[in-house]
Amino acid sequence: MSFQIDFGGEKSPIVGIDLGTTNSLVAVMELTGPRILSGIVPSVVSVNQAGEVIAGAEAREMLLTHPERTVYSVKRLMGRGVEDIQEELKLFPFHIAEGSESTIKLKLGDKTFTPPEVSAHILHRLKLDAEAELGVQITQAVITVPAYFNDAQRQATKDAGRIAGLEVLRLVNEPTAAALAYGLDKRNEGIVAVYDFGGGTFDISILRLHDGIFEVLATNGDTHLGGDDIDNLLLKIALEDIQSEWNEDVSKKSDAVQLLRRAVIDAKEQLSFLPAAVIDLAYDGKKYQREISRDLFDTLIAPVIDRTLGPCRNCIKDAGVSVEEIDEVVMVGGSTRIPLVRSAVEVLFRKRPHTELNPDEVVALGAAVQAGILSGDVEDKLLLDVTPLSLGIETMGGLVSKLIHRNSTIPASATEQFTTAVDGQRNVLIHVVQGERELVKDCRSLARFDLKDIAPMPAGFARIEVRFLIDANGILSVTARDQRSGKEQSVEIKPSYGLTDDQVEAMILESFDKAQEDFHERQLREARVEADAILAATDKAKQNDAYFELTDEERAAIERGVNELLVVYHGDDHLLVRSKIDQLNEATQTLAENMMNTAVRGALKGTNVNG
Amino acid sequence: MRAPVRMLTHGGSLCWGTATVSERTDYSNSQMRFYEAFELEPALSIDADDLKKRFYERSRQWHPDRFGRASAEEQQKALDMTSALNDAFRILRDPASRGEYFFKESGVELSKQLPSGTLEEFFELNMALEELRAGDESFRPQLIEARDKYSGLLNEMGKQLTVFFELYDKYTPSERKIIIEPIQNLLNTRRYIANFLREVDKQLNVLPN
Repeated sequence: MSFQIDFGGEKSPIVGIDLGTTNSLVAVMELTGPRILSGIVPSVVSVNQAGEVIAGAEAREMLLTHPERTVYSVKRLMGRGVEDIQEELKLFPFHIAEGSESTIKLKLGDKTFTPPEVSAHILHRLKLDAEAELGVQITQAVITVPAYFNDAQRQATKDAGRIAGLEVLRLVNEPTAAALAYGLDKRNEGIVAVYDFGGGTFDISILRLHDGIFEVLATNGDTHLGGDDIDNLLLKIALEDIQSEWNEDVSKKSDAVQLLRRAVIDAKEQLSFLPAAVIDLAYDGKKYQREISRDLFDTLIAPVIDRTLGPCRNCIKDAGVSVEEIDEVVMVGGSTRIPLVRSAVEVLFRKRPHTELNPDEVVALGAAVQAGILSGDVEDKLLLDVTPLSLGIETMGGLVSKLIHRNSTIPASATEQFTTAVDGQRNVLIHVVQGERELVKDCRSLARFDLKDIAPMPAGFARIEVRFLIDANGILSVTARDQRSGKEQSVEIKPSYGLTDDQVEAMILESFDKAQEDFHERQLREARVEADAILAATDKAKQNDAYFELTDEERAAIERGVNELLVVYHGDDHLLVRSKIDQLNEATQTLAENMMNTAVRGALKGTNVNG
Repeated sequence: MRAPVRMLTHGGSLCWGTATVSERTDYSNSQMRFYEAFELEPALSIDADDLKKRFYERSRQWHPDRFGRASAEEQQKALDMTSALNDAFRILRDPASRGEYFFKESGVELSKQLPSGTLEEFFELNMALEELRAGDESFRPQLIEARDKYSGLLNEMGKQLTVFFELYDKYTPSERKIIIEPIQNLLNTRRYIANFLREVDKQLNVLPN
């Protein structure tokens, strides 16, 4: 009595997830194309009074009532150390726990979380939503990241997936994902620029589309530039106003700031289609209203938008194309709704940008397409992406020797020979950095690799070949070989930022086990609901004339189906319940058809031709 | 204005004579694995369109995305194949890096020395660049002119390199000895000019306050 499309065989689908600064979304590839599952999940996590972690829309409400135990825009903290975020701390109310250094810990209520754990709760929310809608367990995902994310930020995102109980099959760059969704829809050949201006990050990528291959020519961006920054500008004005109007500094009152933040965002969004909007705050019995004209807004945000144009110019240059050769500009991310953003892009690229795709959804849809490529369901498309930043090692005098240049197609590798400087030296320390500058101190430290247990020999005799590999996720791995003995050389990796494998492992188990349990319970509950429905329908059908027209065998089969379903109903195996539902479904097939025919005949008889 | 040909051929000074050509033309024992990745015979000349076609074909076959649900061994193999392919494409698509790779792998040591006169030619421009860096905007027009001139020259030299590469491939081992010097000069001068242009560009992009 039911009809289901069996897509992807016995394997559960791989979902595509856009893990955004402000909002997150999950999508899946279907026969008809990528589809968004359930709705937008605000990237907000909170701990309620009972100590439970909640993520999404409910947590966003908690932001107004309990800002001290709620966190938003955590993506800004992914893969960063405490000293990196001092600027951010002036603008964002992150509650940093004591003892945070290379790994940030956030305090929510009486619990502490690392940024990957917070993100994991958002991912887990998306996982549950997807499972509820698809009715199967989800264990594998493609997650998008800003193209300009460095190794540590990517690793942190992958860790978040693992903590959420998701095997992250691929990290895809957001603009590339958007191009994939766009290319599926609109254009298959030519050169496309994707301008991706979201809540907290900015990316620009230029791709060549040819015969199903999406080849990224160059990418550039700023991982700390987005709509958040525009909100902060308006917020600053409003706070100053309130200071003079109420003679009160509310900037330290986090509930007031959050209410004001919401008001500012409302005004910003209205300004995308109205000539003026009002920032409207009611707090503690007092009212504040301030009209912002589009002109004032444009003047205010022009410097923020200007900061996106430099990366665009560099990207065009690195891609080795002229502005004229770029066929289309695709706009992605909520901030591209701002008219000034659109006109700035139009001036720079000398063509009207494409705005007809939903800028909030296109990244998740592209991630689902990439999931389809990985599962083998999409065979004619292929992404060739690049690494956004050069990879190098520290050499004498604190200089960087570049091994893999930015915009190299990934996976990419480089090998380098190392030797010892002192007789009998047993270890060689290698410092790996990422960035374009010439001095180590101006680049991002990724990790220190210790080549250990080198056989003792005179200085300069050792020959150790180290291979640096950036995989298709843009994540670095290192292997080393002793050239003289041919043996694998052991490498000990100390990531400069982020979590060790063991730490991630320890974070997973609890939440993952619990998720398994939750999932199983829900599956069982759903199966029982379905069993209830078919048992009730069968019971009712037995009163119908059609039931008595069945043969004895047919009636016996139905009885047997009902009894066997009742036997397994209270067990804890949802698959068994489902198989008995199917069995009863089959046994009642003829009955259902007969009833249907009778009903149709009745309906036809009663129909007046002149209706 | 100095013609490109003159820059390349006015040499002959002693300091250039460091190139050594090995008599070996059989590459089977060598390390030409970047050519192997494309199933190409090692040669200095490469048809760019053909190379790109081979790159796309092999990417379709070996990219890790094609092995999303394969075993760990197959995934590792895909990763190794694709990274080798990408590394090879990066080196072979660019004539200068291809040339350097080819000679290194065929056992020909190229000198890194610039043809004499080059540094003198650039002396004044380097001074101008320093002045602009220090904030003297009056040097900007001179550097813009130099940028345009040497960008054009770089293109010309690229074409010349293509011709020399074709000749080298055709020549016998003893003839190759003759042409290797101009190729070496061309490569070194190109590298110098490219670096110079990168620096000039960087500085020209810094707009005056």
